[in-house]
Amino acid sequence: MDDKQPTVSEADPPGARGAPADDRLASVGPMRMLLGRPELGAVVGAIAVFAFFALHTDAFATARGLANLLDPTATLGIMAVVVALLMIGGEFDLSAGVMTGSAGLIVAMLSTVLGWNMWLAISAAIGVGALVGLMNGMLVIRTGLPSFIVTLSTFLMLQGLNLGVTKLVTGTVQVRGVKAASGYDSAHAVLASTVEIAGGAFRVTILWWVAAAVAATWTLLRTRAGNWILAVGGSAAAARGVGVPVARTKVALFMSVSMAAALVGSMRVVRLTSAQANAGIGEELQFIIAAVIGGCLLTGGYGSAVGAAIGALIFGMAKQGIVFAGWDSDWFQLFLGALLLLAALLNRYVRRRAEAGPR
Amino acid sequence: MSATEQGAPVVEARDIGKNYGSVIALRGVSASVRAGTVTCVLGDNGAGKSTLIKILSGVHQHDAGDLHIDGQPVRLTSPRDALDRGIATVYQDLALVPLMAVWRNFFLGAEPTRGWGPFRRFDVDFARRTTRAELAAMGIDIRDPDQPIGQLSGGERQSVAIARAVYFGARVLILDEPTSALGVKQAGVVLRYIAQARDRGLAVVFITHNPHHAYPIGDRFLILKRGRSLGDFDKSELTSDELTRLMAGGAELDQLSQELGVMRPVK
Repeated sequence: MDDKQPTVSEADPPGARGAPADDRLASVGPMRMLLGRPELGAVVGAIAVFAFFALHTDAFATARGLANLLDPTATLGIMAVVVALLMIGGEFDLSAGVMTGSAGLIVAMLSTVLGWNMWLAISAAIGVGALVGLMNGMLVIRTGLPSFIVTLSTFLMLQGLNLGVTKLVTGTVQVRGVKAASGYDSAHAVLASTVEIAGGAFRVTILWWVAAAVAATWTLLRTRAGNWILAVGGSAAAARGVGVPVARTKVALFMSVSMAAALVGSMRVVRLTSAQANAGIGEELQFIIAAVIGGCLLTGGYGSAVGAAIGALIFGMAKQGIVFAGWDSDWFQLFLGALLLLAALLNRYVRRRAEAGPR
Repeated sequence: MSATEQGAPVVEARDIGKNYGSVIALRGVSASVRAGTVTCVLGDNGAGKSTLIKILSGVHQHDAGDLHIDGQPVRLTSPRDALDRGIATVYQDLALVPLMAVWRNFFLGAEPTRGWGPFRRFDVDFARRTTRAELAAMGIDIRDPDQPIGQLSGGERQSVAIARAVYFGARVLILDEPTSALGVKQAGVVLRYIAQARDRGLAVVFITHNPHHAYPIGDRFLILKRGRSLGDFDKSELTSDELTRLMAGGAELDQLSQELGVMRPVK
């Protein structure tokens, strides 16, 4: 055992780690090594955005400011991490945003209208998430249609269902009164409580976000499933050729995304104690944007779960920073658009370096 | 070295035939493949090369004649079946994922694991070490197993695919036109790795339409034309020129060179 390599690291940068030194490797300096990492852009961007707002506003770099900005960032981050895995596996899920809304409505209706225990209702919502993901995945695999179009259909259908069923059941576009459900207190403790640190009320979802990033990174870089995810996104035909269960891998990814969306939807309903019928619409794009900022290629086969988590952080910092700076929130959209373009260009550059050899 | 000295054939085809509907793709072809030798299958497009390797690799089943492996008559039901019997096929398109590291590609679909239960993980150190060692054993000096395989040259990628088949226990290695898409230098690299595989005791079946690649490396030459065998020759029975002539269809080539010769002064 001559290896002194760490068993877990954040990524496998092309050309970063080698076994014994080879004289032809001398040209790989620290700069080139960094450029090979998919999450490089996100790290640099996060530092820049943090530094900018920390210098320009007083409220930003305080415990309260951080707690404020990390609150929406955490749930976005959980989704971004899982969506990143799906994108690395070569697929999209446009129904993930509205699925968070569906899950919230399911939890709210089951716990209020039917009087179910919170945990039972949350389990049911996650079960529905698994089914939606299974349907997305099976449709994509069986029909060969692009996941973009399949999940767009799911998105529209869920959106219609959310509104239609909510109006049928409650006569309004929201479900209220979740707080009275049995098991609410323990659900709140696990999914929505806050911890006071230095004057800032940090939400427990931040821990979920970190756990999701760690688990996804472990899966991607240190398990067989991770190798399969990289392969089915990089070249499904080649993966099939060497015996990788392509269909199973992709369906599992779709299911993970929808189940994560159900969890995030549950977190929201526990926190707000009510569910809106139009919740989650449009968030699917935020998940994808965070994943792309984090280094995921739109074409699949390359990306980083940690990067996506940091992508969500940039998103949250910019959004909150603009509020702290007292600017109109419209500027956020401009910033986001420019950032997305920059990230996509950087990803393309990193990918070309990785793919096209010197010879 | 003469193929007859190499002991019993690992794979033997006797009067193999295959029809696709009313099309006779292969008829009455016999060949034997022995350990430590290179058997070249030559033929023009449509000669039946692909059909023959598809039968040997389990993709299609023959409908006439017998296929023997280690002397036992068999019918290969699937590529997996062929693989389980030690017959590995490296196709032209290679089944490699360009953006993934060399070691990830090397073990793709057969990842070694370590640990137990939820802590069962891809044994990354073992994979890196083994990839490097296996490639080195084939004479492939990989600079860095972490680099994406898309960065390697065509010949190197072909060689990685060969090394992978060897590592995963292939006794018979079928190479489908491994040199056809490569330049002269790269083709030479691949031929060298074929020789390496042969020296490690594998029976290599080398499919090509290029006699200049086949002759230097081959021990036996099976020449196909329009689904039939033009003969299964030992190297001692042929010269390089005769092989080229046979492959191109002898008389037809004479006629062609005559035509071309006639045409030139007319210009």
